[in-house]
Amino acid sequence: MLRLENISFEVKDEESKEIIHDISLTVPDDKLVVITGPNGGGKSTLAKLIAGIEKPTSGKIFLDDEDITDLSITERAKRGIGFAFQQPVRFKGIQVFDLIQLAKGEKISIGDACAYLSAVGLCARDYINREVNASLSGGELKRIEIATVLAKASRLSIFDEPEAGIDLWSFQNLIEVFEGMRKNIHGSSIMIISHQERILNIADDIIVLKDGSLAAHGSRDEILPTLMGTSSAVMECKMVNSVLGGGEQ
Amino acid sequence: MIELNEIQKRILREVADLHKVSVGAFNIRSDGQSLGRTSTANIEIVPKDAGSGLDIYIKPGTKNESVHIPVVLTKSGYTEVVYNDFHIGEGADVVIVAGCGIDNCGNLDSRHDGIHRFYVGKGAKVKYVEKHYGSGDGKGKRILNPETEVYMEEDSQAELEMVQIKGVDDTVRTTKAELGANASLVVRERLMTHGEQKAVSKYVIDLNGEGSSADVVSRSVARDDSYQKFDAVINGNTACSGHTECDAIIMDRGRILAVPGLEANSVDAALVHEAAIGKIAGDQIIKLMTLGLTESEAEEQIINGFLK
Repeated sequence: MLRLENISFEVKDEESKEIIHDISLTVPDDKLVVITGPNGGGKSTLAKLIAGIEKPTSGKIFLDDEDITDLSITERAKRGIGFAFQQPVRFKGIQVFDLIQLAKGEKISIGDACAYLSAVGLCARDYINREVNASLSGGELKRIEIATVLAKASRLSIFDEPEAGIDLWSFQNLIEVFEGMRKNIHGSSIMIISHQERILNIADDIIVLKDGSLAAHGSRDEILPTLMGTSSAVMECKMVNSVLGGGEQ
Repeated sequence: MIELNEIQKRILREVADLHKVSVGAFNIRSDGQSLGRTSTANIEIVPKDAGSGLDIYIKPGTKNESVHIPVVLTKSGYTEVVYNDFHIGEGADVVIVAGCGIDNCGNLDSRHDGIHRFYVGKGAKVKYVEKHYGSGDGKGKRILNPETEVYMEEDSQAELEMVQIKGVDDTVRTTKAELGANASLVVRERLMTHGEQKAVSKYVIDLNGEGSSADVVSRSVARDDSYQKFDAVINGNTACSGHTECDAIIMDRGRILAVPGLEANSVDAALVHEAAIGKIAGDQIIKLMTLGLTESEAEEQIINGFLK
């Protein structure tokens, strides 16, 4: 279980700007929670605060009642926080197998690694020895990124806009991946940042962030109807339009 | 049976993946003496006068054979210059493994300058693997100055894999190549320097034959206070294609100078140079930290992958 208490985050440039304002919320075990809301509302920042990539200006973060506010990214990862980047990182020379083995944290067989790749819809044999570099497409990298989070087997897995940068066909597969994770969620929880209606549809709870504040938080049945037709719940046809038009949703 | 001491064994493991004695043609040189030499039906190793090196003759058409010629220096203050000439017959396809390891526990500089010349016959194919390694905790420097010259006849192929990862204090690596028609040269260099080490890597490649091509890629890491210079010149003298790439990571107070040098002397020469120098990207470290690695473990993994 993850608990945020009065989390605020300020960036101090020429003038200070508050990105996250006094957020308190709980992500219980066995739940899939989706965070949505307009662009620039602070969703990715909140995910980074939970993973330890950013430190809150004030407030506390608890994982299973342990205060992890001052713990490093590494220590949080060891305690069970997994994080899939919105824009996966490329590594020259590091192969897909290496990355999955690092995620697992122990020596694994090729077969074990392939199982994680198959789970995200990649033909494992074609990828296992590939370098995690610019030769992979955005969609391939995204799925490998998700495979690393699957391999890590976390108490709380956070996915920052898994649909960003992938094509519609890959997106269909992705939904199946999350549905599969939802089935095996027992004893852990999942947090997905997304605007996609189909992802919102598999949520237990939905959190809406707007201008850095909590605008709404409740069960899917309660929140989803209020979002339909807004930028917080984009249907796939809109996704296609945005790809064709190249504009932001 | 050749008797090797523990230091010799350890160095041979590092530079040639040799545990005892190799199969195929080989010569093991230690502090100026040949510890053992074997020729095969197709590959003849002939010593030059006064221990100054070897002539290695590979018969035309020799396939799937290998030559190992590791060198070990264990005496502090020992310096040598060695000439090894490889005569690779037409249509042969061979692997040559050379490497030099210096263990210097004393206070005098130890130095090995190996000059390797390859005469690659028509249509022949050679893969050359060279590993350099230094160890020992003496104040004396471990110095290696390898010179590689490659003369390629038409339709020949050469792939050079040159690695220097640890313990060599001072190095000037010089690689020269002249390519005939449709010859192709591929070079993969991996270099890591630390402490106060200095490494200079120079290439001069002449693409003389029509349709010849060269691809030189250097990946390097400069740590601590070390310095590297990558100086790659390709002369395109006819219809040919050439590519050089310096991809480098700097850490601590390390410094790297990359000097591109492309000279097109024919309107049909296509030459490309790329160079990128920078520290490890912060998001690479963060990604590995989210998998549970510490910052220094993450750095090691990134470098290991980069130099693989």
